Amino acid sequence: MALLLDLLTTLLLAAGVFLGISGGVGVHRFPDFYSRVHAAGVTDTLSAGCILLGLMLQAGLTLISMKLLFILLFLWYTSPVASHALTRAAEHSGLKPVLSEPRDAS
Amino acid sequence: MIFAAAALGILVVMGLALARAFLGPSVYDRILAVNMFGTKTVLLIAVYGFLTERPDFLDIAITYALINFIGIIAVLKFVERLDNGTLPD
Amino acid sequence: MAYLILSSLTLPAFWLLLSGFWDHGLLLAFGALSVVIAAGFGLRMERLEPTCYRPAMLLRIPAYWVWLTGEIVKANIDVVKRIWWPQEHPISPTMQRLHCTQQTLLGKTIYANSITLTPGTVAIEVSDNEILVHALSGAALQDLATGDMDRRVTRLEGAR
Repeated sequence: MALLLDLLTTLLLAAGVFLGISGGVGVHRFPDFYSRVHAAGVTDTLSAGCILLGLMLQAGLTLISMKLLFILLFLWYTSPVASHALTRAAEHSGLKPVLSEPRDAS
Repeated sequence: MIFAAAALGILVVMGLALARAFLGPSVYDRILAVNMFGTKTVLLIAVYGFLTERPDFLDIAITYALINFIGIIAVLKFVERLDNGTLPD
Repeated sequence: MAYLILSSLTLPAFWLLLSGFWDHGLLLAFGALSVVIAAGFGLRMERLEPTCYRPAMLLRIPAYWVWLTGEIVKANIDVVKRIWWPQEHPISPTMQRLHCTQQTLLGKTIYANSITLTPGTVAIEVSDNEILVHALSGAALQDLATGDMDRRVTRLEGAR
């Protein structure tokens, strides 16, 4: 049982780190600010979720797991608010997105 | 062992984010990268707590998550007041 | 009133779970004091802009969270594919105004946050009944434009 939990933790942590590195690479590969927000979103949502879930499995049903759950909830509540505020500020300042079709955005 | 590897992986991601913060053409790219750096720091602190078997670190992680969010919003409020969001850099 | 009941239940629970001190008189008193201060600040903000709470929403929200987590996983896989194999999965950034049918501010907030939380789509601007969305690919925007998420959030909000 303990071995199974360790294995699951390893898998989840590896998945989380892989997703994080994907997001980090995406932040460099994508062409403009607005598409980079999506790459950063990968590291904020599922990467954080996988890593914290992996840690929760190690902690078991304790207050430590509860705190990890709180961290996850904080991140998942605040990260969309931060991205939304960021893109809205960029849009208001007149930063133009690179769009695939030349159709008017507004 | 697993935790050390995970911490190293998170450090790599933080390095990538930091590179984007230095390169980022617009100020919004930089803020985005700093935000990403901040959430990764939260995860790093949590993993480090397990690595050193001191779960008290989680309280610091929670506080850091909150401060990171408020800091990003505060910086955005500051940048929004500037002309066209371009800092004289 | 609903706000007062909700905060008097959640804030002490939150404090107890975070601190882990259950049997220390002085610390519990400080905890009670901080709960009162936090509830006071919350009430001040409520007076500025009242939120309308519906108890039924609390019952419906777990199912929505499960569905949303599934969507987040799917969207993450899609974006990761587009990062590592740009040739096979090219990005095609698009921007479009989408109609939203929520009536309350809370419903709109949940909808816009759900859009932003799924990687691949970001809600840029929210107006009365429209949301400006930037998507990494046309497919992601098409998924959103079918209105599935919109309907789910409106149902969660509780139709009148």
